[in-house]
Amino acid sequence: MAAVHDHDVAHAHDHHPSGMMRWMMTTNHKDIGTMYLWFSFIMFLTGGVMALTIRAELFQPGLQIVNPEFFNQLTTMHGLIMIFGAIMPAFVGFANWQIPMMIGAPDMAFARMNNWSFWLLPPAALLLLSSFFVPGGAPAGGWTIYPPLSVQMGMGMDMAIFAIHIMGASSIMGSINIITTILNMRAPGMTLMKMPMFVWTWLITAYLLVLVMPVLAGAVTMLLTDRNFGTNFFNAAGGGDPVMFQHIFWFFGHPEVYIMILPAFGIVSEVIPTFARKPLFGYSSMVYATASIAILSCIVWAHHMFTAGMPVTGQLFFMYATMLIAVPTGVKVFNWTATMWRGSMTFETPMLFAIGFIFLFTLGGFSGVVCAIVPIDIQVQDTYYVIAHFHYVLVSGALFGIFSGAYYWLPKWTGHMYDETLGKWHFWLTMIFFNLTFFVQHFLGLAGMPRRIPDYALQFADFNMISSIGAFGFGLSQLLFLYIVLKCIRGGAKAPAKTWEGGKTLEWTLPSPAPYHTFETPPVVR
Amino acid sequence: MNTIEANSVVMKKLLIFTVVMFVFGFALVPFYEKICEVTGLNNLLQADTLAENPQVDTTRLVTVELDANIRGLPWQFKPLQSSLRVHPGELVEVMYEVRNNSDREINGQAIPSYSPQLLAKHLKKLECFCFSKQVLKPNETRRMPVQFVIESGLPTDVNTVTISYTFFELAGATAATSTPKGTQG
Repeated sequence: MAAVHDHDVAHAHDHHPSGMMRWMMTTNHKDIGTMYLWFSFIMFLTGGVMALTIRAELFQPGLQIVNPEFFNQLTTMHGLIMIFGAIMPAFVGFANWQIPMMIGAPDMAFARMNNWSFWLLPPAALLLLSSFFVPGGAPAGGWTIYPPLSVQMGMGMDMAIFAIHIMGASSIMGSINIITTILNMRAPGMTLMKMPMFVWTWLITAYLLVLVMPVLAGAVTMLLTDRNFGTNFFNAAGGGDPVMFQHIFWFFGHPEVYIMILPAFGIVSEVIPTFARKPLFGYSSMVYATASIAILSCIVWAHHMFTAGMPVTGQLFFMYATMLIAVPTGVKVFNWTATMWRGSMTFETPMLFAIGFIFLFTLGGFSGVVCAIVPIDIQVQDTYYVIAHFHYVLVSGALFGIFSGAYYWLPKWTGHMYDETLGKWHFWLTMIFFNLTFFVQHFLGLAGMPRRIPDYALQFADFNMISSIGAFGFGLSQLLFLYIVLKCIRGGAKAPAKTWEGGKTLEWTLPSPAPYHTFETPPVVR
Repeated sequence: MNTIEANSVVMKKLLIFTVVMFVFGFALVPFYEKICEVTGLNNLLQADTLAENPQVDTTRLVTVELDANIRGLPWQFKPLQSSLRVHPGELVEVMYEVRNNSDREINGQAIPSYSPQLLAKHLKKLECFCFSKQVLKPNETRRMPVQFVIESGLPTDVNTVTISYTFFELAGATAATSTPKGTQG
């Protein structure tokens, strides 16, 4: 009897519900990380289909495929889906998989809350997407949901507001979890300044999230009450001020763009040293640079509003503060370059994406400095120049970082090597088509093509056609990524524990694939 | 202190911080109103002063269209003339008429709107019913003046301008205590 009892106890620990219930009820950080990553990939394809519909409409001048109202819904939803559905959850997925393994913790601090943070996302995404099917359609005033348009729209806007509330709650819970895990659950001997750079960037990102996500929640709550309960926060004809929404929104919005890029900085800071086989150059300056970027990001919001009406003093302050961010960002770029300097570099797919990241993100950074200059910004505000700028930092920045990290850690997650040849194909196709899509948009913007329009003047036709061809190539290349990941999950060469020769962080001391439970006895870091 | 206790301490602090930031979002509203008031960024509801020796440009005439709207008030509101022609630099007075059609006392506040936008820079208002709230007794009718000058700096390609007012009810305000709060942001 005693023996049977012991047997049960021994197995109780490893016994999981199977099938769907395993995923519904899991509190394991690796399961949750996987779900985050798949969710974000599905959202990436969803937002991608919207982007391709946009580009198909813009292939030629004139209205061919969608009507202008639906076009505006597409641009708005593309932005919202990619930001809140694709990029942010992807990084939370990385955080879930990697942070406990990199700091030697057995799991996240609040495992059950972790499950809850993830499972809030699919209903929120469904709510957001189903707004397409209600009278009036999805929100169509741009992802920044400025009043007065967002106050006047149909009930699709209310659904979007609730979706943002739910996603925001999910982000805040995820951040609380990440901060607590990092602060309290590091292996003995791992001081803050010994943490891997990826963990550092996520710690700072998580702080930014709890700082600004509640402010966004407040802003959309005010929109909601303006729409439904007769308040007049943003209605000029009721004593409110529409410009004030822009101030509150961008108080969230600008830190948000760093929320989407800092974890990518972290991934690149892991990948570059591994494949250059040298320690990260200037580790502590990297930490301080990340922190300075985060702090500066909170005082530059009004550079999104130079044309909204602002005294010259204000414009000057926000212009200089914005340019100041180029300094810590430059520190990071130089440190990555210095890490590669005289390293024994090899160019596996993660490294290719990391180098592509440095190259193209820096370009996006430069066009950002251009946009920060007030007189130029007044010229390029709401043109394709701005579209080109933020796709250079969000696609070739955040997304390339995600691809780099995915290839880097896939062998650890699946236990198999991915197909290196196909990975290289994926990189080069992505790189070429990305630039084909977005580089020409700089020229379109400088020539004056406004954003968020379904039709355009004839002189923009050639560049738009090039951009659309690039977009379809880019979109299709991502199906190759899906194939590579599926192939890697199903089989492939066995990945050794230390997949990459230069890998120095704790996860490479674990077998591949990483066991379901890891570091239940913490490792000792010297 | 074991890890679980330490974790819940951190969580509590962060939750409090989250709530504080949520409240901060709402606190930005009065904060911006105060900033606009202190710096005079948005002084739609304050009287302007004229330059010492305003020059009247008798060589041109600008058409001024007057517009009146109400938002959710049982009032009738109209200008006594729908348009007039003025010389830039000339002091003009126009009259608006408002009538409370309901049988209760209502506080209203008017907010101006100008077209084209750059008119705001060149319009100087010396007196306006929008500078204070208007309290109308049941079925009361009131005529209210607006005194303004369109400065001669108005670009010469602008020949027609529109001055529009919208009345809204000061929510929850009783006649004795209310101030036109929230109208200056």
